[in-house]
Order: sequence, then C-alpha cells, then structure tokens
Amino acid sequence: MTRGLRVFWTGFVLHFKNLSASPFMMTTAAIWPLVYATLAFLMFRATHQAPSLLYAALGAAVMGIWSTTATSAGGAIQQQRWYGILEILVAAPTRLILVLAPITVAIAGIGIYSVCSTLLWGRLLFGVPLHVSHPLLFAVAIPAAVLSIGLLGLVLASTFVVYRSAQHLSQALEYPIWTITGMLIPLSLLPGWITPVAWALAPTWGMRAVRHAALGGDVGVPLLACLGLSAAYTLLAMLLLHHFERLARERATLSLT
Amino acid sequence: MRTWLRIFFVGGLISFRALFSWIRPSVYIPTLLLGPTTQILFFAYLGRTAHLKSDSWFVVGNAVQSASLAALFGMGFAIDGERWTQTLSAVLATPADRAALFLGRALPVLVNAAITASTGFLGGALLLGFRTSWSSVPGLALLLVVASFACTGLGMLIGALGLRLRDVPIIANLTMAVLLIFCGVNVPLDKLPGWMHATAEGLPVTHAIAAARRVADGASLGSVRTPLLVELAIGAAYLAAGFVLLRVFEQQGRRHGTLDRA
Repeated sequence: MTRGLRVFWTGFVLHFKNLSASPFMMTTAAIWPLVYATLAFLMFRATHQAPSLLYAALGAAVMGIWSTTATSAGGAIQQQRWYGILEILVAAPTRLILVLAPITVAIAGIGIYSVCSTLLWGRLLFGVPLHVSHPLLFAVAIPAAVLSIGLLGLVLASTFVVYRSAQHLSQALEYPIWTITGMLIPLSLLPGWITPVAWALAPTWGMRAVRHAALGGDVGVPLLACLGLSAAYTLLAMLLLHHFERLARERATLSLT
Repeated sequence: MRTWLRIFFVGGLISFRALFSWIRPSVYIPTLLLGPTTQILFFAYLGRTAHLKSDSWFVVGNAVQSASLAALFGMGFAIDGERWTQTLSAVLATPADRAALFLGRALPVLVNAAITASTGFLGGALLLGFRTSWSSVPGLALLLVVASFACTGLGMLIGALGLRLRDVPIIANLTMAVLLIFCGVNVPLDKLPGWMHATAEGLPVTHAIAAARRVADGASLGSVRTPLLVELAIGAAYLAAGFVLLRVFEQQGRRHGTLDRA
C-alpha cells in the first residue's frame, strides 16, 4: 500500500512538473479557460436573469481542469508509445494503473492553473467578488474535483490501450462533459434523461461541491459522492486496463502507433 | 498553365491527404463532424441559462464559426506539417509556382471547413429543432463557403507564421479563441465593449455570421450583399497577407538556412 502510494506520488510530481513546462499544456490550462470564462461573463452580464458571475467563474475554472484532461489524458498511453517506453512500463513489476493514474491525475492537476487564472481574471477584469462561504471546504473540494476528473481521464485512457486515435476521441468529449456535468449549465435545463448520466459522472459532484463550498450549500453529500465515484472509477480502470493490456499483448499491438 | 493547374489541384489534394492527420474516419467523425454540434449544444444551453438569445441564434453563429476549426488548423498544418515530415526544404527547393503550391493546399482545406461547418446546421436541426426555409439553404451554403474562405485566408497567415515559430497549434488555438469571443458568435456585438466590436469588424466570420442570421430568418441573399462582400474582402486580405509573409519567410529561411530549424 505504502509502496503503491509512493509510486503514485512520485509519478504525479514528475508528470506535474513535466506538464507545467509544456507551452501547449500551459496554454490549455491557463489561457483557454479564460476564453470560456470571458464568454460566460459577457453572456451572463448581458442579461439580468443569469446566475452570478462567481457562479460562472467557478464553472469556467473547473471546465479548464476537464479541458486539460480531455486534451491529453486520452493520449496518455499514446504518449508513452511515442516515447518508446510503453512496453517497458507494461513489463515492469509495478501495476500499470500505478503508472497511468499519476499521469492522468497530473494532467487534471495542472488544471489548478486554470482555477487560479480564471478566478484572478474574473476579479481583475470583471470585478467578480471572490467571497468564498466555506474556505476550508473549498480547499478540500478543489483537489477532490481534480482527482475525480483525473480518474475519469484514467478510465478513458485505459480503454484506449488498443485504440490508436484515443486522443482525438477524448478531445471530442470536451463539450459534452462540460454540458452534462452542470459546470455552467444547471442540470434542470437539460433533458431529463441526462440527469442519471450526470449523476454517474464524478465531475458533476466535484463541481457541485466546489460551487456549494464557494456560494453556500451542502458540501458533504456532493463531496462524498465525488470521492465514492472516484474510487469506483479506479476499480473500473483497473479492470479495463487488465483486459485491454491482455488484448494488446495477444494481438501484439502494444507498440503500434 | 497546365503545370500550374496540376500543382494547384493534384498537388493540393495529395498534400492534404498526406498532411491532414484528421483524415481517418476514427478521428474525422468525432472531431470535425460531431465537434460543431457539441459546441452548438453547449452554447445554446448556456444561452438558455443566461436567457440571452434563441437556440437558432446560437446554431447559426456557432455553425459558421466552426469553419475556423478545420480552416485554421488545416492550413496551419498544411505548411507546418511539412517541417514535421521533414519535407519542407524539398518542397521549397522546387521551382514550382508558389501561388499554385500554397493556394492549392488551401482549396481542400476550404472545402473541408465548409463541410465541417454544415454539420453544425444539421446537428442544430436534429437536436435543437433549428428550422429555416428551403429557399434560405443556398444562401446559407454560399455564406458558409465565404466564411470558410475567410478563415482559410487567416489560416494561411498562421501557416506562414509556422515558418518562423514552432507552436502553430497554440497560435491556431488562440486565434480560434479570439474569433469565438470577438465575432458575435455567442455574445451579441452590441453587448461587447466598443474596442472588441471594432476589432471584430476586421476578423473573419463576423460578417458571415451576421449575414447568415439574417438569411436564416428569411432575408434574401441580395439583402446581405454588403456583409458578404466585406467577408470576401477580409478573407482575400488575409490570404494575400499570408502569401506575402510566406514568401518573405521563405526567402529569409533560405538566406539564413533556418527553414527546418524554427
């Protein structure tokens, strides 16, 4: 258990630093969310019936976390292929999930830049008040949201061991996940059949926990749901990885780019 | 003349197939064909959240704007991709006419951008009940082609910058962001600050979107002649600027031996 945590943490720190040095990732993490934040601010400010600007700022910030994940987590395995180390990683005695999970969580983790940049952008340019109702819970809810989004990315990445166009497919999920997890759009506005789908997605609860911690409301239930679903994603990713890794070995397609 | 046309059509098509990495169905369908629809759905529902405009308003704006995705990235990669495949020096060493060489690469990108954008209308019709009269369809199609042309012109400029800068995807991404915010795609131009509104006047898709919204509401193509011509002129200006910049950077690259180094 301790060894597993050490592998995870070391991998997380390594990949977080590595990603932080990538201009493309930093653009995606720190600048692209500002675009959506700006759009949301301008749209919400144009009418008097829209939710508050802080609501928009928080939504855009968490959208940024998903952006980095959607852009890169699907391609996490492909990246290892390009580096030429995927076979070595699969052959290593460490479980593959302990190698992959730090990558996808680190990818989501650099979304923390989006949280900072979006809130700062809103404050400085649009005068969005940064009053947080429950600062401590907010400090817990943000990493929980990051973790849940990273683990959703892990589930995606694990299904892509045998799918070479993974990165593009995961990018295509950027808008749909933004839409159905209530990051900027209340679930009540979406068709009813989407609600159960949204509930099965940990980012829905992560977003709700972040928003309630900042704007007021119950944080405990969404936070627990977020963490519970994150644990379920980890188990699902383990199963998928095991299955697809075996398939890739059988078909000898592991290193094919 | 025959050689010029061969380089323009055959060379352009071969280059597109070789360099456009999205051409596989597994990538093309989710990214380019479904992408505009998911963008439209997001902004239409965001519009409902803000009580800003009707679904149709967002369908038209985002569908036309989505031409920029294929045009900016397609044109950027059409030139930058040569460096990745290490064929840039070979291409630029040929005596081929540069207009045929580069404009030929722009034509498939333009067609692809128009196809991409049209799927947005289809998605809007299927999922959000977007409706317009059949008589408006040819006008909308023409406006999509003109918007795609303008975006391809801007893409040419980005591609030219790719001869000097390494991060074409970042430049294309940021340019798309500017179009999304400034051009009245999701925020009415009169709700934008004055300087943003003024900037939008010189950007691709602004005029095409305004015209397309009017045509979708039943206006005739003749009544939107002015914005259509302005959009064409903007596209031509960017295309010309991109072409000139390509020549300048090519000559500088030859002189300094930096074509493959950027």
